[in-house]
Amino acid sequence: MKKVNLRKMARRAGAASMVLALMAASWVAWMNLRGEAPLVAGVPAMPASSEVLRRGAYLARAGNCMGCHTTAGGAEFAGGRGVETPFGVVVAPNITPDAKTGIGHWTAGEFWRSLHHGRSKDGRLLYPAFPYPSFTQVSREDSDALYAFLRSVPAVEKANAPHALRFPYSTQAALAVWRALYFRPGTFESEAGQRAEWNRGKYLIQGLGHCAACHSGRDALGGTRLNAMFAGGLMPDAAWYAPSLASPDEAGVQRWPREQVVRLLKDGVSAHASVSGPMAEVVFSSTQHLTDQDLDAMAGYLASIPVRKAPPAESRRADAEVMVAGRKVYEQHCTACHGDQGQGASGMYPALAGNRAVTLALHINVVQVIQQGGFMPTTAGNPQPFGMPPYGQLLNNDEIAAVATFIRQSWGNSAAPVSTLDVLRVK
Amino acid sequence: MPSHSLAWPSMNTKLVFSLLFAASLSAVAGLASAQSTSAPSGATAAVRDTMAQRMQACVMCHGQEGRATSTGYFPRIAGKPEGYLFNQLKNFREGRRRNQAMRHLTQHMSDDFLRDIARNFSALDLPYPPAPAHGLSAWQQQTAEQLVFKGVPERQIPACASCHGSSMAGRLPAMPGLLTLPADYLIGQLGAWRTGLRAAAAPDCMADIAKRLTNQEVSAVARWLSAQSLPTGTKPETVSAQPLPVDCGSGTE
Repeated sequence: MKKVNLRKMARRAGAASMVLALMAASWVAWMNLRGEAPLVAGVPAMPASSEVLRRGAYLARAGNCMGCHTTAGGAEFAGGRGVETPFGVVVAPNITPDAKTGIGHWTAGEFWRSLHHGRSKDGRLLYPAFPYPSFTQVSREDSDALYAFLRSVPAVEKANAPHALRFPYSTQAALAVWRALYFRPGTFESEAGQRAEWNRGKYLIQGLGHCAACHSGRDALGGTRLNAMFAGGLMPDAAWYAPSLASPDEAGVQRWPREQVVRLLKDGVSAHASVSGPMAEVVFSSTQHLTDQDLDAMAGYLASIPVRKAPPAESRRADAEVMVAGRKVYEQHCTACHGDQGQGASGMYPALAGNRAVTLALHINVVQVIQQGGFMPTTAGNPQPFGMPPYGQLLNNDEIAAVATFIRQSWGNSAAPVSTLDVLRVK
Repeated sequence: MPSHSLAWPSMNTKLVFSLLFAASLSAVAGLASAQSTSAPSGATAAVRDTMAQRMQACVMCHGQEGRATSTGYFPRIAGKPEGYLFNQLKNFREGRRRNQAMRHLTQHMSDDFLRDIARNFSALDLPYPPAPAHGLSAWQQQTAEQLVFKGVPERQIPACASCHGSSMAGRLPAMPGLLTLPADYLIGQLGAWRTGLRAAAAPDCMADIAKRLTNQEVSAVARWLSAQSLPTGTKPETVSAQPLPVDCGSGTE
């Protein structure tokens, strides 16, 4: 009697989970394909006008396509740069018009589908390291201009290196589930109550600029939730932290004069900040090439991001001997440029007192800057930037921890101490 | 804002988790290390708006004014031909030479700024350090001098001096002087050329020559070069009528 019941229950449970699995699979499939209009078969594209080509080139800058699709010293747009993620390495493909290894056979419709729906020419789902969750907002007209421009660059025959993703992340099924959870094709819609410039800024920031790809928090599966948008997050390789654009304590510009935001994006340095790490690359290869008008529009939108402050971080005082050790390192190596009161040298070396990059709750950026040093990017407005030596060549981890702690807890700064172990963990 | 919600769906969460994997994200983009400068009151007295001040980022490793340090690895850059320094900075930026620190420092620099840096160090005229005791064996001494001044024609190895200048102090516009460089650095570079970790513009003559040397020859010539000195004021040779013995992509810039 009991046995029969168990068997029956098992059968029922089996049937139920089959149904659930089927439902889940159909849901995933539907979530991946819904809303996709069939591609219009190849109407031969009109030869693009020089005006369209110019606009396409400009949009490629705005989207920083070369950031991933061109390697250092490699042929433009021929691909090959690997994006390290927690799931493995995704390699950017060749997007030159080469017929064999590039996108020479793609139609404008297929190109738009890749931006808008994240699917390749053959229908394969694309990895969101290609930031189509942002690019989905790009207009068809802009997509066509980008397409025309990419068809005009020199074709380079260079086969794509395969991605190096771990199982199961390497499967299309996994990708389909991820997309069902996190990706929604979207169309940019202007907000009626806002000025045209503000909407233009929002379009650039949320669409081609794909700022949210880095400046948003991600969960363990690499998904971005709306409420984490612009709230700051680790870069995919976890080597840097992209600070929050929603918090004036991090990288939010809600309290900045707008022209200073424009200067930062155009010159790489402004009265209030300078860029380093991955943002230096963004300024170098993307934003410095944008028009003042577009940068101003972006600044206007950035300033309007609703403020969401992180909960106040603990501000444990460092041990006295760590501060003494840190001061010693500081006086020996840092004072000459950053000043004995962390005041910096105007226009040349940033102040450390009140410096948001120094006092971020997460210590990794300040440790990276101390270890690797670096120059601000060269730009038209800052053609001969100042730089800092890579102190990782000279200081040991104890010294780096001590000096990082010292600057985080001096001159009114009150961020948490950095331990030697913390330094060791920075990639 | 997207016209839809990106919120985590509440349905099927467990099932979904059991299937789950997700691909990753992200792209290399931004990171505003916004560094708030709360209006500095008075710059540090010693800091000046000069090229030499900007180059303070280089001298920690390359020595004050780029004259090298006694740590035994980093090369002297002071007084090297401008063309050579410019080529090397570009090679670091574009990945033909691999050194993480140099790559990081040069990655967001324009050609113009790289040229400014090269010109800055090339114009310095600083004394060379005295020659250290070398302790070379007779065979090493003889082998090194053969390679430096005569080469080994039957193995297509030209004399070092035929490109690097008759006094080995370099040759304009872009051949570096080699004397007084640390032996470890020279061995490292010749080794990198042999294994393809260092490259120059094609045709990459130095890669070809390095591959024709034996390990013993590399060691002997590196130690010999590091043990020489040069009189103060020695400059790279100006372009001579004598053509280079091999075709070099970076020899003429």
